[in-house]
Amino acid sequence: MRYNERELLSLARQPAEKAAEIRMSVPKKGNVLKKRLVKLVVNFLFYFRTDEAEPIGALLLEHCKITKEEENVFSISFIEEPERKYCFECATKEQCQEWVEALRRASYEFLRRSLIFYRNEIQKMTGKDPLEQYGISEEARFQLGAHRQ
Amino acid sequence: MKLNERSLAFYATCDSPADNSGFLYKRGERHTAYHRRWFVLKGNMLFYFEERDSREPVGVIVLEGCNVELCDSAEGFAFAIRFGGTKSRTYVLAAESQAAMESWVKSLSRASFDYMRLVVRELEKQLQEMSRGVAAGCGGSRELPGPWKPKPPGLEQSRERLPALPAILPKENGCAVWNNVLGADRLPDTPGCGEHDGEESPRPPPLPPRRRVSNGEAASAGAAVAESPSTFCRLHEQYSREVARLRQDWQQRRRGPRP
Repeated sequence: MRYNERELLSLARQPAEKAAEIRMSVPKKGNVLKKRLVKLVVNFLFYFRTDEAEPIGALLLEHCKITKEEENVFSISFIEEPERKYCFECATKEQCQEWVEALRRASYEFLRRSLIFYRNEIQKMTGKDPLEQYGISEEARFQLGAHRQ
Repeated sequence: MKLNERSLAFYATCDSPADNSGFLYKRGERHTAYHRRWFVLKGNMLFYFEERDSREPVGVIVLEGCNVELCDSAEGFAFAIRFGGTKSRTYVLAAESQAAMESWVKSLSRASFDYMRLVVRELEKQLQEMSRGVAAGCGGSRELPGPWKPKPPGLEQSRERLPALPAILPKENGCAVWNNVLGADRLPDTPGCGEHDGEESPRPPPLPPRRRVSNGEAASAGAAVAESPSTFCRLHEQYSREVARLRQDWQQRRRGPRP
């Protein structure tokens, strides 16, 4: 699949929501944990060799499941292939918990659901649609009941 | 750089609804011929397929940090997705009608994750300020029930602080599930709630309980079913001043540098 790699590489250089050196394994034979610089930017998780400027890879975090595995370890898997897991071994259980929470909120779909939720709440409280001021209140993607999955 | 292509292809072709879809002509990179492709926009990812029923996209354009502009192209209904950066490619696309072009330009220019996040944070802020305003007016702060977890120290101003929605989100639309979440469906009936002006009697009647909306229709009397019209009007005024001020802040910030 073609993709605009230059822009994705540029995105990887942007300030991250979260970044840390974490031992990580990709779903390959052996599943060896290797130390990587892991960086969350918008709905992408980039991973770098610790001394390199360009990421080895990127994961688009849509339709994925973040699972807290055993002590200090969490995994990312995608719904169409739940057995293929990317595993991350954190230094502490606090770090693990923070990453799990951050990654679960890192999808575009999560943002959309939050927007619909807040819009509805504000509308209930004030009788006004808060999206009107942004001129996006008619968009189908923000309607209550949109995007049932 | 490796990308989780299989998952991307799944995301593109699964039955989650698209934010926009349709045929567009895409100008080639090296040869300037246009190719008709089926485009599907999901979130900040613009996928394109050879045919409408192709099983896998030919490619995807990640829409972060781009500008969408109309073209003065002779082709008509043409627009461009332009990225910053010196060697960045500009994608030139052409729709088959004026309406289609306008619809695409609109949806693409608001497709970025950054934009969504901005809007969500604004709404979250508005909601928190409204809830705090209601609570504060009635004798000091109090913990709101439901998803507003007490902020852990040190994380208060964190950029990534987001509402503590339950980790396992329901698959249904928001309304039926979140209906009871704030719990603040009744304004407390302590006297002295809210502001008093001179014309009010010394002890205004207690604010009536808010009517709970169970099926998502806009609560036209959402804020308060006013026994005294002045109470409702006051609240209404208060909220609209607040919203107007927040909107101004947002517009100013939007014009300013990226945080």
